[in-house]
Amino acid sequence: MITINCPFCGPRDEREFEYCGPHRQKRPDKINEMTTSAFIDYLTVPENPEGEAKEVWWHRRGCGAWLLVVRNTRTHEIIKVSELDAT
Amino acid sequence: MQKYSLFSLIRNSFTRHRNWPRAWKSVDLKQSYDVIIIGAGGHGLATAYYLAKNYGITNTAVLERGWLGGGNVARNTVTIRSNYLRPESIPFFVKSVEMYEGLSQELNFNLMHSRRSMIDVIHTYPKLREITRKMYNMDIFGATYKPISVAEIRRRIPTLTGGGANSRLPIIAGMVHPEAAVNRHDAVAWGYARAASALGVEVHQHTKVNRLLKNPDGTIKGVSTTKGDVSAGKVAVAVSGHTTQVTDTVDLNLPLRSFNLSAFVSEPVKPMIDVIVNCADLGFYLSQTAKGELVIGGVPDPGQSFRRGSNQLIFERTVGAMLELFPSFKKLKLLRQWGGTLDTAPDSSPIISETEIPGLFITAGWWGGYKAIPAGGLTFANLIATNTPHHLAKSFTLDRFKTLDYILESGTTARV
Repeated sequence: MITINCPFCGPRDEREFEYCGPHRQKRPDKINEMTTSAFIDYLTVPENPEGEAKEVWWHRRGCGAWLLVVRNTRTHEIIKVSELDAT
Repeated sequence: MQKYSLFSLIRNSFTRHRNWPRAWKSVDLKQSYDVIIIGAGGHGLATAYYLAKNYGITNTAVLERGWLGGGNVARNTVTIRSNYLRPESIPFFVKSVEMYEGLSQELNFNLMHSRRSMIDVIHTYPKLREITRKMYNMDIFGATYKPISVAEIRRRIPTLTGGGANSRLPIIAGMVHPEAAVNRHDAVAWGYARAASALGVEVHQHTKVNRLLKNPDGTIKGVSTTKGDVSAGKVAVAVSGHTTQVTDTVDLNLPLRSFNLSAFVSEPVKPMIDVIVNCADLGFYLSQTAKGELVIGGVPDPGQSFRRGSNQLIFERTVGAMLELFPSFKKLKLLRQWGGTLDTAPDSSPIISETEIPGLFITAGWWGGYKAIPAGGLTFANLIATNTPHHLAKSFTLDRFKTLDYILESGTTARV
């Protein structure tokens, strides 16, 4: 079982959290000025790192915060947990 | 290739079975081939076999990082079925199930193919609606789904005693998929390897591909392996979960993310379940092997993963779900567990496609790729040999992502 160190609640069990997908790059501002293929690449090509991955987790059964979790996809080790910058 | 038969068995018994020839040849790696297939798993070996058999392309090397059949072809739950949702998917999987049924004879290798039915146990109305829609689509495109009553489910699966009227989620309906089957995963890999080797294909185990090589004009040149560089006119990637790790070496971006899907096995018990039970609402499925073990699977782990292990949280949830329907299994001991890496496309459908690099082909995105091995190999070999997609797989190319023309599939094991 993974233990995620919530910056607000301390170390908590994985079952309190919900995985909410990879942490994605910011949506491009000026979509109309992009080529269609570049925008579709943004939409469809995710990062698939074998190693450190940035992910969004939701402390659903805890404080309700959205967290940015850096996790190793080969070992499932949690490297860093911080509050998600929603801007 | 020595033919396996009752006579060869008797003949070899006189020499105490010491003189059986090796099932496939081991030779040294050459400098150049017509086709290199990366990955000696189910899809890689099947592709090599159909390339040789249907198109006469025998100057082929299948390169494998570990040992033959040691990847995802050994890390699944051997469920063969064609209950899919989309008009693009159903004929493909129908073909695959049909090919599996004649495969033991064709490969002269006993796959221990055992036709079972798959019974879907349904607890919620949204699932019932989805599965009814699947039933109509399957009826049009050549697969069978038949509704059955709760009483009939309980008659056919006597050990299913949970899910009654007073339970958390009572069973409301059921659906039978009679074409579903199970067989032996090792035999599929070994059978294809032996048949391909007999046609002249080389299988090189413990030969890791470090990176792909490109010509200055942008076409594929070959691969760089732990045993040196090898050139080839065509390179086919059939490595399952690590597809992006291979294609990243030539800066080819693919719409794939890798997940871990685990399964586990109980101690062997006497025959008690002769169907594959699938319960999508609770999130588990199980079948009993010829040895008597129960093979139990659940949903993928949360988050991307290359760990190939078992996640305790998913394990507990899957066991909990199973005990809701089969309370008597509480006393069963679990023997072992495993995980396999799936690379999935955003629409959960497979990719059998050429790429923007001429001469580089990929087969990927297999979520439940075991059932697709024969048809996947057949259609991928067609694409490699003729440069045009097979009619059963023409929708599964990378082009669909350029136009966001997804084939959203719900027939895979579970959604993330």
